[in-house]
Amino acid sequence: MFDLANPKKFMDFSARLMPWLAGLAALTLGTGLYLALFVAPPDYQQGESVRIMYVHVPAATLSMAVYAFMALASALALIMKHPLADMAAKATAPIGAGFTFLALVTGSLWGKPMWGTWWVWDARLTSELVLLFLYLGYMAIWQAVEDPIKAARAAAVVALVGVVNLPVIKFSVDWWNTLHQPASLMRVDGPAIHPSMLWPLLVMFAAYGLFFAAVLIVRMRMEILKRRARSLQLAQARARA
Amino acid sequence: MIEFLNMGGYGAYVWPSYALTALILGVVAYESWRSYRAAQNQVRALEKRQADEGRRR
Repeated sequence: MFDLANPKKFMDFSARLMPWLAGLAALTLGTGLYLALFVAPPDYQQGESVRIMYVHVPAATLSMAVYAFMALASALALIMKHPLADMAAKATAPIGAGFTFLALVTGSLWGKPMWGTWWVWDARLTSELVLLFLYLGYMAIWQAVEDPIKAARAAAVVALVGVVNLPVIKFSVDWWNTLHQPASLMRVDGPAIHPSMLWPLLVMFAAYGLFFAAVLIVRMRMEILKRRARSLQLAQARARA
Repeated sequence: MIEFLNMGGYGAYVWPSYALTALILGVVAYESWRSYRAAQNQVRALEKRQADEGRRR
């Protein structure tokens, strides 16, 4: 595990892993979409609109899980000062922002026919919107601060401060009276959803997770290569001077 | 077929959800791959130049 923290070893290992992970992600996503659109039954209350669930719920869950991963990588970067941890956190943000955006937009598209409104400023929706701004703010810091060491530190601090938003999103439906429904899957008495809908949903969860892993590896390799390019440019400039 | 596309009257909400999901995931994956390849090419070019300059010296 810690061997992989060496950038050279990470490059060797990830080069072999990348095509398998990408293939598996595509396969799982294809299967999940097929199950969601053709196999899963319509809901007795929501009718066919329930199919939005299969793209909405995994996006929302992953938007939070990915943030937790980014914060963990940021904490490791601050404490251990390992360059790979910085790159992992940086590589994570755009993927998480994508999931968050999807959770908000597909939620809106589901809310209109079911609640009669595209948007309400209730606790769940508002805290998820805050999550999007946290991701965008995190990415903006990397863009704005020129010195990569300073940028990494500032971005990591923002990522860690933003962690307080995660329990707010998760428990918003219990703490406040929201229009958004409470959890149906992560409940102490088991999921309140029929297996015919649970299985397609679980496959979609796996697909989103694999998509995240595959894209994360590509982006981490990109960050390592960019750092290598920077040091080569510096060395060549020095040699010419 | 028409019935399937209609989605019980919810087609106008279901299909945009799936289309946007495909679009966003596609853009994230494509942009990541494109910038990965760009970084790869840049490193290769720099390494080649380093080797050439080393030989000249």
